[in-house]
Amino acid sequence: MQTQMERSDLTENEKMEAFLAKIDRGGKIEADDWMPDDYRNQLIKLISMHGISEIMGALPEKEWVPKAPTLRRKLAIMAKVQDEMGHGQLLLRVAEDLLAPLGKTREDLMNDLFAKRLKFHNVFHMEAPTWADAGVIGWLVDGAAIITQSMSLDTSYAPYARALHRICAEEKFHAQHGESIVLELAEGTEEQRQMLQEAITRWWPSLLMFFGPPENGTITSNQSANMRYKIRTQTNEELRQVFLKKYLPRIFHLGFTVPDETIHFDEEKDQWVYQQPDWEQFKQIVKGNGPRSAHRLNLRETSYEETKWVRDAIMSYGRHVG
Amino acid sequence: MGDFSQVETTEAAKQNPEYAQALTDLLFQLADDDFILAYRGSEWLGLAPHIEEDVAFSSMSQDMMGHAVMFYEMLEQLGVGKADDLAQLREADAFRNGILVERKNGEGDYNTDPHYDWAYAIVRSYVYGLYKQVRLESLLQSSYTPLALVSRKMMTEHRYHLMHWQVWLTQLANSTDEARKRLEAAIEKVWKDAGELYQLGANADAIVRCGLIAGEGELKQKWLTLTQGIFEKAGLVWAGEPGVPEQRGRHGQHTPELAQALATLSEVYRIDPAAGW
Repeated sequence: MQTQMERSDLTENEKMEAFLAKIDRGGKIEADDWMPDDYRNQLIKLISMHGISEIMGALPEKEWVPKAPTLRRKLAIMAKVQDEMGHGQLLLRVAEDLLAPLGKTREDLMNDLFAKRLKFHNVFHMEAPTWADAGVIGWLVDGAAIITQSMSLDTSYAPYARALHRICAEEKFHAQHGESIVLELAEGTEEQRQMLQEAITRWWPSLLMFFGPPENGTITSNQSANMRYKIRTQTNEELRQVFLKKYLPRIFHLGFTVPDETIHFDEEKDQWVYQQPDWEQFKQIVKGNGPRSAHRLNLRETSYEETKWVRDAIMSYGRHVG
Repeated sequence: MGDFSQVETTEAAKQNPEYAQALTDLLFQLADDDFILAYRGSEWLGLAPHIEEDVAFSSMSQDMMGHAVMFYEMLEQLGVGKADDLAQLREADAFRNGILVERKNGEGDYNTDPHYDWAYAIVRSYVYGLYKQVRLESLLQSSYTPLALVSRKMMTEHRYHLMHWQVWLTQLANSTDEARKRLEAAIEKVWKDAGELYQLGANADAIVRCGLIAGEGELKQKWLTLTQGIFEKAGLVWAGEPGVPEQRGRHGQHTPELAQALATLSEVYRIDPAAGW
């Protein structure tokens, strides 16, 4: 049975109206359904950034995988980072389907990444100089990611929703993995506690930035368009408040601090009042000018170039036997 | 194998000093081989030729690390030391892995400017994997029951690893000229070290006499027959008798590459081995 949206005799305006009516009813869009170009572009931007962030996000933790302190931790962090790569793979496949009508492939995404046209999350541009950073990434960065991703579980684009359901389930294990590392350090020696405090301090501005600038911020954002398209349901600031409400009490409870002396909870407004991070710096970081941006991009680009012969060989073998 | 009667438990193994020593010596070889190669695998993270392979390779390295943990825990149960200490606090000359597994993945550090060799990764993983298969099959008959049981468990996972590497070997051997050349160069490099894998070290006689595993000759023959069949099926020229490296890894002689690997993998633990991590 053809739905109204799929009929070819409709004008673009009528298709658009039908599309918006469908998502307003809570309907879901599949990869082969008609969709406005703008919707497709928003999705490509969001999902390819999410996918590539998972992949680039493996790199700061990669630094600690071979060094994880016990056999159990070695196994756990290997599994965790493998999951992140798997998420990247899952998301890139969703993005690939969206890109296909535009004649673009995964290779284009990789090249966009190397040319800094495709951005990845600010947090993965930052340094992770100690084992405690690996813990904080698992606990707070993954914790923040769960909050933003959970918001999109009911996204209007069905393939993304399906990927997110699986990802969120795994991310909860990651946050537990991170929390376990953090608790061990928090209950440990003075040196371990200090290592953890330094990591929390170091990651604080990045964690605030993770949710993106507030509506009245200085950077234009696609929040409104994405909300209209039911790709997302909450604003950056709403998500940031969820994060602060969940994690600040835990950080304080463990006896640690954040580098913000004026931070406090406003009971009346029911929100945390905090010092804004440097949004100008944020802009620079996501442009690919963060402390570890060049290093990590170089790592990925070098390995991608140096294994081109392998991908060529697979293609060639496919032609021989296929 | 010797005609040693079955030793069912750790406690029973500890009753006989000669048996306990032979078992300990063998377990270190098993544990260290898997531990060091899993470490090398973990250095590849994020650098594999494509994302799907990154996930698969990482999964296999985890399995292998898991196997190493099982062997170290068996040593711990024998009273040799805490598993984490055995893995991370011994000096290089106490390690009993073959030299093949400790070789670097390529030039550069895993985190700074790595120039890794995927052909070498495939051939090393596969050649070692085939030997591991023969070794696990032999261990199924081991006089030490806990070792036989654990080997059965490992074989179910290991089977998938071998299938994976076989696909890679076949594809690269039958694709582009460049891939073929790189593959052949990797085989030559791996083959120079491969003849050490089946060696059982200074205590080999006792290890075999105690019925822990088959003798070197039998292990070698089975492994070579298996490997030759696979290489020829993939259309590769059989390299013949494998070489042995200059250092004797099973006797505790190693390259500086092992010392470097150990320094990296134990860096955090060594900050304070008495602390909880």
